[in-house]
Amino acid sequence: MMEGKVLEAVQISKSFHDPVTVQVLKDINFAINKGEFVSVIGKSGCGKSTLLYILSTMDTDYDGELLIDGVSMKGKKESELARVRNEKIGFVFQFHYLLNEFSVLKNVMLPGLKLGKYSDKEVEHRAMEKLKLLGIDSEARKTPNQLSGGQKQRVAIARALINDPLIIMGDEPTGNLDKKNSDIVFGIFQQLAQEFGQSLLIVTHDNEFAARTNRIIEMEDGKIIRM
Amino acid sequence: MKVGLILNVSKALLLARWKQTLVAAIGVTFSITMFIALLSFMSGLNDMLDSLIINRTPHIRLYNEIQPSKLQPIDKALDYKNHYNFVRSVKPKNEQLEIRNSGAIMQALRTDERVLGIAPKITAQVFYNVGAIDLTGVINGIEVDAENKLFIFSDYVVSGNYVDLKNTPNSIILGIGAADKMLANIGDVIQVTTTKGDRMPLKVVGFFQSGLQDVDKVQSYASITTVQKLLGESAGYVTDIQIKLTDITQAPALAKQFGKLFEVEALDIQTANSQFETGSFVRTLISYAVGITLLIVAGFGIYNILNMMIYDKMDSIAILKATGFSGNDVNAIFIVIALSIGLFGGTLGILGGLAASAIIDQVPFVTAALPTIKTYPINYNPNFYIIGGIFSIITTYMAGYFPSRKASKIDPVITIRGK
Repeated sequence: MMEGKVLEAVQISKSFHDPVTVQVLKDINFAINKGEFVSVIGKSGCGKSTLLYILSTMDTDYDGELLIDGVSMKGKKESELARVRNEKIGFVFQFHYLLNEFSVLKNVMLPGLKLGKYSDKEVEHRAMEKLKLLGIDSEARKTPNQLSGGQKQRVAIARALINDPLIIMGDEPTGNLDKKNSDIVFGIFQQLAQEFGQSLLIVTHDNEFAARTNRIIEMEDGKIIRM
Repeated sequence: MKVGLILNVSKALLLARWKQTLVAAIGVTFSITMFIALLSFMSGLNDMLDSLIINRTPHIRLYNEIQPSKLQPIDKALDYKNHYNFVRSVKPKNEQLEIRNSGAIMQALRTDERVLGIAPKITAQVFYNVGAIDLTGVINGIEVDAENKLFIFSDYVVSGNYVDLKNTPNSIILGIGAADKMLANIGDVIQVTTTKGDRMPLKVVGFFQSGLQDVDKVQSYASITTVQKLLGESAGYVTDIQIKLTDITQAPALAKQFGKLFEVEALDIQTANSQFETGSFVRTLISYAVGITLLIVAGFGIYNILNMMIYDKMDSIAILKATGFSGNDVNAIFIVIALSIGLFGGTLGILGGLAASAIIDQVPFVTAALPTIKTYPINYNPNFYIIGGIFSIITTYMAGYFPSRKASKIDPVITIRGK
């Protein structure tokens, strides 16, 4: 079922050339289907984050082919890739990266306003709904620095969801959180996958977290050893 | 690119560091204020100094000069026709200073549309008789109304009324320096003697002060008919025709043309006063150089602050790019920030420049040399404000250009993974 593949990596390799050539990714091949909750694990330095940034289109310096929604990302212009990220990919990082100049609500709205698919009023309404879904709608008018770490990460998830992306990518999204907040965030991811059929690709070194996902991709020395 | 969103983000970033932004804007304000005040003041001074000359100098002056005969006997010898001859023997004849056929020349000039106006004049060498001594002097016979219209004669008449020159027969307006020496008051009658020895009493109706002391000690004014009477000449006698043109820049060309056409000497203002133009030009150049330097310094301030802001907001820029803002969007955001600083600072600077000019305009500046000037001169030329405004935008754009490019090139991967 080709239509099911939201993201596909075909023979992706990457090398760093400074100061000596080191191949960090070797011949990566895999695909993620719609609605799958996938985790990528591996020791630190195994290339899992590097892979994620290639898959996210932010890193364009690689060999091989990346297909998002069946479209090749090779040779696209910077502004076109920005558009793809805006429309099809939602990000959650280890650090929340919220803009303190804006309210929580505005932070969630920004990618939606950038996409311009809905009117400003509608984007606001949708942002409010996402915040409600994550149980932080009461904090909408605050600025991010008035929130706790767990709340900030939930706002970041709401921001990732605003444009109903094809896939949500996470780079250690629970890395900075305590056990309780980690569980809350994991719960949210699981809910998104099960109830809304949201595809997720989460890089983590937390094996316990990974064990609870649909599928685990394990990496070692730039290669996939289990998927 | 959504303009509203870009403006929105720019505004948020600007306000997040409003103190630095304000300092940058004040830099622009200060430089534009100084730029405008400096140019207005400098240009006001230039105009004043120029008007000292230009107001009182005809654009073209037609006159006769006593010169040796252009055609010397040797030129008539056929043998030396094609030689350059040095032998000159024929001295100037008793040629008259009168402009021949002056009535017809004036008639022709009055109908010429390149000519703004003309004023005939007679220059007469005289002696002012003071007790036993005679002082040399010059009486200018003028047509009072024309002289006032073209050369603002009334500005230099410091006491008495210039119109009396026309209305009182045999009257004179004395240069203030000459009057001082002669102990003459308004209403007194003084005696003058012409070079031919004729003597005539003239009634003092006013004093005149040009600002140039040497001139004030020697020159006096009388109506043209009075001077004709003094010299014993007929009513058509005129030694100078002063011409004001509609376009001063045409003076050299027209002087040549009129000189040939009317067979008289013609001197244009540019040739007569070339040093003034050079002075004005250099002063203006210096003012512009100082003003632009100020703006460039302000530009560096903006550059610094934007650079700092970009380092400060590296994370924000990275996440904006990660969530779908392109490099161009980020570039636009920082250009908007730079331009708003320029626009805000520039607008205040224009108002400040106007205020500073208005204040300088009120500062008393009294000098005997310039009877018509009471405060420092200011030129409220709107061009200075327009130039200042345009420059503030251009310099801030330039100052914002490189930091914005840098911001647009920030690699979100490096920033985000660096944490």
